[in-house]
Amino acid sequence: MNQLPLISTSDAINPLFLFIYGACLVLLLGITITMIYFVVRYHRSRAPEPTSQVDGNLMLEIIWIVLPSILVLAMFWYGWKEYLVLRTVPPNALSVTATAQMWSWNFSYSDGKTSNKLYVPVGRAVRVELVSKDVIHGFFLPAFRVKRDIVPGMSNYVWFVANKPGSYDVFCSQYCGTQHSAMITTVEALPEDQFATWLARKEAPGAAGKIDGKALAEEKGCLGCHSLDGTPGVGPSFKGIMGRSEVVVTKGTERTMTVDEAYLRRSITEPGADVVKGFQPIMPEFGDLKKEELDALVEFVTSVK
Amino acid sequence: MSDMQQAATSFWNDTGKTGLTSWIFSTDHKRIGLLYFYTTIGFFLVGVVLGLLLRIELMAPGRTIMGPQTYNALFTVHGVVMIFLFIIPGIPGAFGNMVMPIQIGARDVSFPRLNLLSWWLYIIGAVIILTSLFSGGGAPDTGWTFYVPFSSRTGTNVSLAVFGVFIVGFSSILTGVNFVTTIHRLRAEGMTWFRLPLFTWSLYATAWVQILATPILAITLVLVMAERVLGTGLFDPTRGGDPVMYQHLFWIYSHPAVYIMILPAMGIVSDIIPVFSRKPIFGYKMIAFSSLAIAAAGSLVWGHHMFTSGMSDTAVVVFSFLTFIVAIPSAIKVFNWISTLYKGSISLEAPMLFALSFILLFSIGGLSGLILGAAATDVHVHDTHFVVGHFHYVMFGGTGFAIFAAMHYWLPKFYGRRYREKPAIIAWGLMFTGFNVLYFTMQVLGMRGMPRRYYDYLPEFGPLNLVATVGSWILAAGLILMLVNLFRGLFWGEPFVGNPWGGATLEWSVATPPPTENFEGEPVATHGPYDFSGVKK
Repeated sequence: MNQLPLISTSDAINPLFLFIYGACLVLLLGITITMIYFVVRYHRSRAPEPTSQVDGNLMLEIIWIVLPSILVLAMFWYGWKEYLVLRTVPPNALSVTATAQMWSWNFSYSDGKTSNKLYVPVGRAVRVELVSKDVIHGFFLPAFRVKRDIVPGMSNYVWFVANKPGSYDVFCSQYCGTQHSAMITTVEALPEDQFATWLARKEAPGAAGKIDGKALAEEKGCLGCHSLDGTPGVGPSFKGIMGRSEVVVTKGTERTMTVDEAYLRRSITEPGADVVKGFQPIMPEFGDLKKEELDALVEFVTSVK
Repeated sequence: MSDMQQAATSFWNDTGKTGLTSWIFSTDHKRIGLLYFYTTIGFFLVGVVLGLLLRIELMAPGRTIMGPQTYNALFTVHGVVMIFLFIIPGIPGAFGNMVMPIQIGARDVSFPRLNLLSWWLYIIGAVIILTSLFSGGGAPDTGWTFYVPFSSRTGTNVSLAVFGVFIVGFSSILTGVNFVTTIHRLRAEGMTWFRLPLFTWSLYATAWVQILATPILAITLVLVMAERVLGTGLFDPTRGGDPVMYQHLFWIYSHPAVYIMILPAMGIVSDIIPVFSRKPIFGYKMIAFSSLAIAAAGSLVWGHHMFTSGMSDTAVVVFSFLTFIVAIPSAIKVFNWISTLYKGSISLEAPMLFALSFILLFSIGGLSGLILGAAATDVHVHDTHFVVGHFHYVMFGGTGFAIFAAMHYWLPKFYGRRYREKPAIIAWGLMFTGFNVLYFTMQVLGMRGMPRRYYDYLPEFGPLNLVATVGSWILAAGLILMLVNLFRGLFWGEPFVGNPWGGATLEWSVATPPPTENFEGEPVATHGPYDFSGVKK
């Protein structure tokens, strides 16, 4: 049995846009043309004196209260109906958890696979659970007219279906600080079989080999704040950090220390413990990293010279 | 000779005192109005410069002139300055103070000293806000909405800025109390409620919103300070708090605040259009009552800022419904203004041009608001440049253009000199063009998915951003021309005597500039505000 393709969220909402824009255009043209006609027709050069002193008309008032009321109530109803489409996830949707933090995305699948891009199969509904590790973010997928705030401590979700393969932009839509505009990623819609292959591919550690520390640093969003070339960002640059002497603030008091491996580890798992002077104590904690991941990250950071 | 006499008795020079103190400690509503006018216009220009810098940064993708932290601070300060230091106090503080007491036939407001205190609180709050930019952790970078938990975590100087806004809020409340009392108690003999000019009606509706809504902002801001300084955790989910509750508290004030900004602007337009059409306003009572309806219904629609926040779907349906209800009284006003033109004798002088363009720009802003009011379409455009374009159409195209109309309409009355007409028209043309190039483009950008508060953007948004930035330059050029022409005229221009536009409201019946006590003897209102039959020009 061939299943009909799911109605995508954008297919549901685009006609509503057309309806409201159409109505707005008619109203705006009506207002503008009437105004311009009156201004030209009754300009003082043509009409040196007013030809009427009429100051109201009950019937007109009733007409232009009732007709717009009907129109806006239609917009309200239609808008609400399609909003419910956004809120109603079709059955058998693939569930993915999106974890947002300043300023990176991480998507995890039910089998434990994680990615910094949202890979999805074409034609299947995807339900994205929205989790924030710090402040409020927003999951915005313009191609599918989908958006939802990611509020810490609150379980929000969105759903969408990509009926064509392709790459679609995902933006953080709720202002979240310095690198807010850099908090972008993509939805990668792959044909079902390619998606299955991607999902099955294990990049996780094990006998197969070591974790790529640089790739992990990108995935976790480290490089959004810590540059590799010495430019100070939101956090100190990684360049030449090992062995550097830094003034840090520990529980409100300043002290000078030399960056060693222990410091790097603590700075990842408990970033608020010793903050380099001149930087804000805003780095999220990465206490849930596996030991191998932490090793790989420290090794990578040490290697940036 | 008559000029000399007028000069001798005008409010400019009969206080017996001279210099700065005769202004900053004056309790004359006209002087306080001018103090408000110059301070709000000053902050408007600060906001304009910040806005132009933001547009230059967005001219091309990547870094253009500033880093992300600076950009984030600038859009925050642009918002705070424009909203709290310009638009909210702008019309009631400046033109409300200057004009309203004369319109109702009063010598001053009910509480002149409270009026002066309002201005001082405004100045103190403004100084605190400005101090917050250059002290502590630097200019706040939260956006003017101060959303938690970001605002309780950032190291920038949020607490001080929020305290400044808190103080400015009291200034707004006191102005509201003063105006409600004045309009109830000080109307001249014969000045019945339905002989009140519509500008005064709109200030009356606005004043109630100021009194009722502003305290909620004050409470909310105190809670933000408590969150930062005392760590109360009320909005912190890790300690059982709720960040969405903050958003409710914030918008319970800040949406009605939109009506504090737009209602008096509608009042200005309702006063100007009949004068330049020489015809009574169409549907006087409908316009007056729709102001009250907007003030009442507008207080119940705050949740439409939160359709994507995660609040319940039930709340979404209720707030979406109420939002569409509030569209109706706004539409009523537009239809009545247009009908006023019918069979009139229309003169397109500067105040009228600005007032008519208010109708168009406000209509575009209002109609794009329908996209935002419908729950499903709002989801796509929420937090994008569509919203930025939308509220600039309402706040700048609406309130801003109404203020420009009021400047050209009423300031000559208070200065006794006038600007040149032709440069004013050219300036209007430049501003109207630049405005639409700037903000309509923003709406297109938002429709195509460009989020707001974005320091950097994908290359595909580049061309339209460049167009918007060029629009901002055209707008700025028009603005400069308008201000130069206006102020040059007010200080050195041709004399402005009598009632050249033929206004029928009471402010046009007193000497130019008005005397300190406004009227010689007790005025009596004998006709409606738009009855032009007996007007001598």
